[in-house]
Amino acid sequence: MNPATLTISGLRAAFAAGDLTPCEVLTSLSAEIDARDPAIGGYLSHDLELALADAKTTDLSKPLGGVPIAIKDLINVKGHPCSCASKILHGNYTSPYDATVIRKLREAGAIPFGRTNMDEFAMGSSNENSGIKRCRNPHDPERIPGGSSGGSAAVVAAHTAIAALGTDTGGSIRQPASHCGIVGLKPTYGRVSRYGLVAFASSLDQCGPMTKTVADAAAILEVISGACDRDSTCLDSPVPRYTGELGKEIRGLRIGLPAEYFAAGLDPAVRERVEAAVKTLESLGAEIVPVSLPNTAHAVATYYIIATAEASSNLARFDGVRYGHRAQADDLIGMYGKTRDEGFGEEVKRRIILGTYVLSSGYYDAYYLRAQKVRTLIRRDFEQAFAKVDLIASPVSPVPPFKLGEKHSDPLAMYLADIYTISANLAGICGISVPCGTVAVEGRELPVGLQLLGKPFGEAELIRAAHAYEVSRGW
Amino acid sequence: MNIRQVAALARLELTDEEAGRYEEQVGQILHYVEQLNAIDVTGIEPTAHAGALFDVYRDDVATGNGLTREEALSNAPLVAQDQFRLPKVVE
Repeated sequence: MNPATLTISGLRAAFAAGDLTPCEVLTSLSAEIDARDPAIGGYLSHDLELALADAKTTDLSKPLGGVPIAIKDLINVKGHPCSCASKILHGNYTSPYDATVIRKLREAGAIPFGRTNMDEFAMGSSNENSGIKRCRNPHDPERIPGGSSGGSAAVVAAHTAIAALGTDTGGSIRQPASHCGIVGLKPTYGRVSRYGLVAFASSLDQCGPMTKTVADAAAILEVISGACDRDSTCLDSPVPRYTGELGKEIRGLRIGLPAEYFAAGLDPAVRERVEAAVKTLESLGAEIVPVSLPNTAHAVATYYIIATAEASSNLARFDGVRYGHRAQADDLIGMYGKTRDEGFGEEVKRRIILGTYVLSSGYYDAYYLRAQKVRTLIRRDFEQAFAKVDLIASPVSPVPPFKLGEKHSDPLAMYLADIYTISANLAGICGISVPCGTVAVEGRELPVGLQLLGKPFGEAELIRAAHAYEVSRGW
Repeated sequence: MNIRQVAALARLELTDEEAGRYEEQVGQILHYVEQLNAIDVTGIEPTAHAGALFDVYRDDVATGNGLTREEALSNAPLVAQDQFRLPKVVE
């Protein structure tokens, strides 16, 4: 048995039966990574010695006892590097503390193992903005894995990880999960602590599981959710037993289909797979209801003002003073400017410039304040839809994963492909991507994901429906 | 957009080639986002955060579980006398 191919549930069963030990699993995973990851580029680093030291003290009776979890390279794990796939931190930063999600994973017995590739500072939808190295889709090495959590998706899909953590600011968990054929769950804003995540857009960022099955996503979410005294936006709302939702019926559940998410621009083959998945949900007793999200067309514009504004502020901390790269210059202002020009990659600089401009004196009202008002309209769309339905079903991405380099020179074209995922972040609701089939493109079978969106703190319904679909889809 | 002025605000020292490219690309993105001008937002409150935000208080006492001085300085590019060392600021 190759432990790398196991799910969390499968691994836990193997531990319980005495068939495997955490040290054996880590050693085997490390060998798999060394052998197969160079062709994929999902990992930026992995440290077997550190993980083996953790494995020696892990308690197998805990919910995630002995389970190695790959970590997106913007989440701080004490003693590990944390580069955000940026030259400004690569090779010169070691985390001095654990993020809250890592503390919670450790308390549940899990072992952080491996740092996954990503778009630099999570800015991108293809992983092509990694400042360190290219990441490929395991289903077709000529294609993107999606982004920004492309490495986390690729290593889970390639079975060089059991499960992974990602972060989602505009679709960065759900979209790569869809493109790589795995499960990715973005929790409700405030469900999971952001303490120790390197911030991109603080009003949109959430951390969540990227896994082989819905059951595994539920197991991780149950552990990482809950209040945090170091993140005042993380709500003190009780954490349901998400794993208790697995296997429950969905009869009577009302699922909305937003007309705007099945409109022009949606690839016909992707549409067909998603509609087939909706039929499966209907056959399980869900009631399918048409809904409307009329401000969908404005979501991308709203997002790229708000997200870049917040990013320009958050990334001010990379100034060469306290950590990371420092350029040599005679005066302080020159040092800042040169450090940031040398350290940041192209997309990051582009977004900092856009974000700085929309916040600058004289333009704030026209761009930033207006975008915040449109954000209210987008949020209301969902409130009105969720007055009628329990969940919303849609595609994750309008197109299958595109080829490396295909859209890289056109930032706006890349942004527009985020149309189905970014509204959930603006509205602060939860969402999941579940594999719902493949489409044949140039002789390759490329994965397609079904997106389910839930009400704020509606992760239980999301998991129940996603699991019911997963076990009924017939493969 | 005056790209040099914005870059100065963002503390980004751009090459001429970068400045020209970003000015064009950011200009295209701004043109796209100007579609928001067509929306009537009269009387609409702005949303800064999607979730309900509450003030969170705790007693004003040191918890003692922050970083030690050594940890805080552990990633610094340059340290002198247990502090971050910078290029000279005062003439």
